[in-house]
Amino acid sequence: MTLLHGRGYASVNYPTGMNLGGDPSQALIHATTMGGFVVSLSSVDLGQGLKTVVAQCAAETLGIPMANVIVDTADTDTGPHCMGTFASRGTHRVGNAVIMAAREAREVMLRVAADELEADADDLETDGTGYVRLKGSPATRIHVRDITLAAHFKQGRTISGRGIFLKERSYPVPETGEMDPDSCQAHACTVADVEVDDETGVVTVLRLHNAYEIGRALNPAMVTQQVEGGAWMGVSHAVFESTEPGYPASRAHGPIDFCEYLMPGPAEIPVQTSVILERPAPDGPFGAKGIGEMTANGPIPAIANAIFDACGVRLTTMPFTPESVLRGLDARRGGGPAG
Amino acid sequence: MTEYFPDEHRPRFTVIGTPVQRSDALGHVTGRTEFFEDRTFPDLAHIKIHRSVHHHALLDDVDRSEALRVPGVLRVITHADVPANWYGVLRLIGIGPDDEPVLAEDRVRYAGEPIVAVVADSEAAAIEGASRVRVRYTELPAVLDVEEALSPDAPIIKRAGTNYFVFEGHHARRIRFGDVEEGFARADHVFEWRYSSAPIEHAPTETTGCIVVPQDRGRLLIHSNTQAAFFTLDNTALILDRPPTDLQVKGGTVGGGFGGKVDVMVEPLACIAATITGRPVKFVYSREEEMQVSSPRAAERIYLKDGVLADGRIIARKIMLYVDAGAYARHSPYGATKAAAHLPGPYTIPNVYADCHCVYTNRTPSSAMRGFGVTIADFAIESQMDRIARALGLDPLQFRLRNAYRDGDLKAHRKVASGTALIEVIQRAAALVGHELPEEYRAMSSSTPRGAGG
Repeated sequence: MTLLHGRGYASVNYPTGMNLGGDPSQALIHATTMGGFVVSLSSVDLGQGLKTVVAQCAAETLGIPMANVIVDTADTDTGPHCMGTFASRGTHRVGNAVIMAAREAREVMLRVAADELEADADDLETDGTGYVRLKGSPATRIHVRDITLAAHFKQGRTISGRGIFLKERSYPVPETGEMDPDSCQAHACTVADVEVDDETGVVTVLRLHNAYEIGRALNPAMVTQQVEGGAWMGVSHAVFESTEPGYPASRAHGPIDFCEYLMPGPAEIPVQTSVILERPAPDGPFGAKGIGEMTANGPIPAIANAIFDACGVRLTTMPFTPESVLRGLDARRGGGPAG
Repeated sequence: MTEYFPDEHRPRFTVIGTPVQRSDALGHVTGRTEFFEDRTFPDLAHIKIHRSVHHHALLDDVDRSEALRVPGVLRVITHADVPANWYGVLRLIGIGPDDEPVLAEDRVRYAGEPIVAVVADSEAAAIEGASRVRVRYTELPAVLDVEEALSPDAPIIKRAGTNYFVFEGHHARRIRFGDVEEGFARADHVFEWRYSSAPIEHAPTETTGCIVVPQDRGRLLIHSNTQAAFFTLDNTALILDRPPTDLQVKGGTVGGGFGGKVDVMVEPLACIAATITGRPVKFVYSREEEMQVSSPRAAERIYLKDGVLADGRIIARKIMLYVDAGAYARHSPYGATKAAAHLPGPYTIPNVYADCHCVYTNRTPSSAMRGFGVTIADFAIESQMDRIARALGLDPLQFRLRNAYRDGDLKAHRKVASGTALIEVIQRAAALVGHELPEEYRAMSSSTPRGAGG
């Protein structure tokens, strides 16, 4: 038995937003009496952190602390339309809608503050800690709580804003495929280090090195979570998963639970190193692109290429099962069943 | 270390760019997060489905009588109870035809296709009731392979008359850019290989499901783990043939989506059952249904043919791509067009020809899944890049850098590339693992026009 080691590379790009566009998302923002700002959406947070990044977008644009932002979402009676969370679109579409709504609300907030401070709204700025202050004269300031109280009970104004993002639908030319499919493209290069057991055919992914260009990392911790969580799924697709073993020859033996449907457990998770580059997209929220889907893509061919590097077996059918590795090794030795 | 994109605008932020803790993290790890299934109702009814055991068959008789005798069974719903039984989720964006029945009518097109829905007081009674439904079938020849499905002698399994989705008069979504045959003729080397994949499962921790609760004045409140609240609402309203304002979707907390919860599979039947019984109704997939009946990622088959010059420039790429949509379209025509838009990958190739087929077979319908249209294509393209580099004795990263797309290049779908960064991520990855690149390759830049910088 020999443990063979190999390294493989893959470089990929991935589009942000629903293919061909035509997928709007909206946001509404309003202030409450004591300085809260409610972001109303119907978008769904799948666990990737959408509610968190849109709260960051709202806080950054309004110029107030994160603690003042409340995200109320995914109720079709109270939230405006969102196409849905798919197609690496959530951060980009909803983030843009929230920024647009927050800009409008900020403008009203500054006008209310201006009346309270007897100043011109153009001379005011937010300090990010909860105050609106006079530029160049920071002692002249008013807290956001006092602004919203004044708006409600003294000035009779609603501090609110509306936002929408829509990339206009593109229709492909049927003859040539000419089209405008995407808002922007994110990029990644994955390097995989694998170990192949030439007796059992088992492939172990030891390390993944990930370099991503994502426009802007709105929340670097969650970017890394998405890159490395998605890479886990890529490893799983590459060496474990199938609902139809033997596809397309057979429909029998389909797994029906997690005892039969194998995925990487803690012992099969590779060590990962991830680095992020930023080339802001002109139409992205603070330049961000969507990377929700692509993070599973690079690892698969990188692993296939690393397996070849390790043992000279070219696997062209996913998943890369021990059986397919062993058949490939047999074919190389010129014995056993033909691969 | 190299600074990438030094000229890009870097404004000063307060909370953007900081590692704010995910807002739902504490709730998830302390068990306080409320998922749709955490809601309890004293009179909750349950749905279970009786499903086809054949890949392709006529339904001669569906006998519900024994199921109705099971204690606790309230109703056995058939296609006749579904106001607009034929649907297609993409009709919301103008893509048709409506090719799928909510419940089977005269035939089934895949093993696992829903035939009737049993509504009962308890989950156990619903399971028992579903097992007592008796169906007599006449089996029909099944098509289980994408290329066999396209052969002239294959049985036609679709109402529309073809075993493939028709893209504005064409049997595939096409890309035609340059002259690919002329490119092959001019190439020093031509390489052609085949790649394929098996279907896979989204494998969410929480299976697809909903609870529908009747409200005052006949409105229905749908607690759902859908990935797209309004998409589910609008599609459900169309199937129910009711005004959308009759429905309210509440969701937003999902135990894993990955594209598996955009198909609108459970809400319409749960709404019908809630309307008929006047009770809250829960319809949630078992793990077996999630794995074998809910849409997987499509299996794909891809033939890639490349023409390459001796110096490593790819001058022609032809792609024949087959998506196994299974028995019904769902999101697969969209995925095939997305695949076409992605080809020939992140490389500038002057001659590109692609036919992306969305093919129907008698298999579980595939649909959306994280990256569909692109994931398997990337496996094929990047395997191909590795094989060509090895065949020509080229460094795999230098070969990619030489062909990498840049700002200003015209893509095969005729959009001018901008904001590109493939070169930089390759350079950065090379640095990360100590893969030496010659100065000529380290000096390349995505924003330097091709020809100006090598």
